[in-house]
Amino acid sequence: MSTEKLIQVNNLKKYFKVGRKQTLKAVDDVSFYINKGETLGLVGESGCGKTTCGRTVLGLYEATDGEVLFEGIDIHKLSSEKKRAFTRKAQIIFQDPYASLNPRMTVGDIIGEGINVHKLYTGKEKMNRIYNLLELVGLNREHASRFPHEFSGGQRQRIGIARALSIEPQFIVCDEPISALDVSIQAQIVNLLISLQKDLGLTYLFIAHDLSMVKHISDRVGVMYLGKMVELAATDELYNKPLHPYTEALLSAIPIPDPKIEKERQRIMLEGEISSPIDPAPGCRFASRCRFVKDKCLSENPIFKEVEKDHFVACHLFE
Amino acid sequence: MENLLEVKNLRVSYHTYAGEVQSVRGVDFNLNKGETLAIVGESGCGKTVTSKAIMGLIKKPGEIKKDSEILFNGKDIAKMNSKELNRLRGADISMIFQDPMTSLNPTMKIGKQIAENLIIHKGMTNQEAHDEAMELLKLVNVPNPEKRINQYPFEFSGGMRQRAMIAMALACVPKILIADEPTTALDVTIQAQIMELIKDLQRKFGTAVILITHDLGVVADVADRIQVMYGGKIVEKGNTNDIFYNPQHPYTWALLQSVPRPDLKRKEKLYSIKGTPPDLLKPPVGCPFASRCTHGMRICREVMPEVTTISETQSVSCWLQHPQAPKVDIHKIEGRE
Repeated sequence: MSTEKLIQVNNLKKYFKVGRKQTLKAVDDVSFYINKGETLGLVGESGCGKTTCGRTVLGLYEATDGEVLFEGIDIHKLSSEKKRAFTRKAQIIFQDPYASLNPRMTVGDIIGEGINVHKLYTGKEKMNRIYNLLELVGLNREHASRFPHEFSGGQRQRIGIARALSIEPQFIVCDEPISALDVSIQAQIVNLLISLQKDLGLTYLFIAHDLSMVKHISDRVGVMYLGKMVELAATDELYNKPLHPYTEALLSAIPIPDPKIEKERQRIMLEGEISSPIDPAPGCRFASRCRFVKDKCLSENPIFKEVEKDHFVACHLFE
Repeated sequence: MENLLEVKNLRVSYHTYAGEVQSVRGVDFNLNKGETLAIVGESGCGKTVTSKAIMGLIKKPGEIKKDSEILFNGKDIAKMNSKELNRLRGADISMIFQDPMTSLNPTMKIGKQIAENLIIHKGMTNQEAHDEAMELLKLVNVPNPEKRINQYPFEFSGGMRQRAMIAMALACVPKILIADEPTTALDVTIQAQIMELIKDLQRKFGTAVILITHDLGVVADVADRIQVMYGGKIVEKGNTNDIFYNPQHPYTWALLQSVPRPDLKRKEKLYSIKGTPPDLLKPPVGCPFASRCTHGMRICREVMPEVTTISETQSVSCWLQHPQAPKVDIHKIEGRE
């Protein structure tokens, strides 16, 4: 893996207007980078802004503020022509394999759509490309003439992956690609994503809430809470030595499939629930549920900074 | 231990345009007083249908087949009429569902939904039921119950809705609580809170719990006994330790292996089960797992294996247990796929 940065996100903000006067701060001042060929995992509970973050990085949402540099160029400032060229390099795989494939199109047309848009191949060449893609993701060429309803969830997710790969992207946002699938099928898809990364040198932003799968697939992991990145570090570092109290509680809540370990371990139980991202109170977003809360946490927003080498955290405990 | 519920040869089918879907194909088990029994399996394996049958919730086009017995206190639930079922549901057996968004009535206040149960089964007056509902909301740790009791479900978050569901289910102190994927729709930190709450209340009231889930992690912590379902059949049952440390059925083993375990190296290939579950419109004659099993033999495809007893607590349906079967160590799986 090189240490060349493929993507650099600086102070990214994405706000949505709700009602007349309220703002929902889905992504609020988030910065990170992704190296070429690595997988950055992004975890957090529902509503923490991880999906919005992934979509804004791809340019599917316009950023409210901040920049997303892809190979050094801000994608939110591209002309429409250059934006089209960028969409060839970055793709997304969606969570719900049932909703993300057009039921009226054949699998061949679904996969071929991107090839048409970018005018990569036509005629026989295009069909060959589609067949190759199907075989690459573990389906076979006969499937090209079928419709999505004829496939199971795992197979549909494979079609979604083939579609993303059709235009030879460098970067793929995987937005909860396995959470709608059964356990035995999840492993198949994760294995496929890992082997494709090895063969094609892909870079992933892997968004999920299943912490053990994220640990398995990611090189580095970022934890989000209510629109803020609270901690970011190399996978082993983060799982073995979490610094932020939220990360600590989140990790201790993962159920481990081993009765002996489960019976002995002490859980850090979080009181209450995630609060609303609409016009959040000043100070640390996690303050209302934190066990180490101080006066400062309620008034002042902690800064996201490097406390150890390549270990970033936003918490007043580490200042 | 006191036997509370006994299910014998339960078979449930759904009649669809495409034909008869045999969702549950001959399931036998029992439930003891105060214990937690987990039913584990993937979607479509029949675990939810089994629990619906116990609640008497199988409706057309579904059908409980003849000879199926679900004995509760010596009475067969499968043969009860709707009056008897109404007396049973919510009082002796209650259920919490996977999706707390859709299983509450959106047009009724939370307090009223909880009180309804008490008025019907315990003959309380409106005021008594209202007060009791308030107590129940406190019991399930809903903050600010005085205000919450008069709110509608849309004003509750997912975790709070599940708490309200639990309050409703426990209102009449049932003997059996069926929890169908109670935490699947919730976030991990909320999941931990809800499982803790169910455990607490179980201890308090001595309720037996049937926990239906696909998540082996959740099971490890709370279950006393586990049964693994596949293709409408129970393929293995045992104590929690039996299942986790000495699984005998290749499917159980594969299921345990397909979640990333701490000893696995990062990005190393996960064990994955090839293929997909069987189509229950045309269920296989032999073992339902045969076509995906690494140790599948000819007989597996042709004849359903008998139940073999491994120990007092554990039993399995697999041809590998037959004395003439080749000795294979299922724990050694060649060539991680």
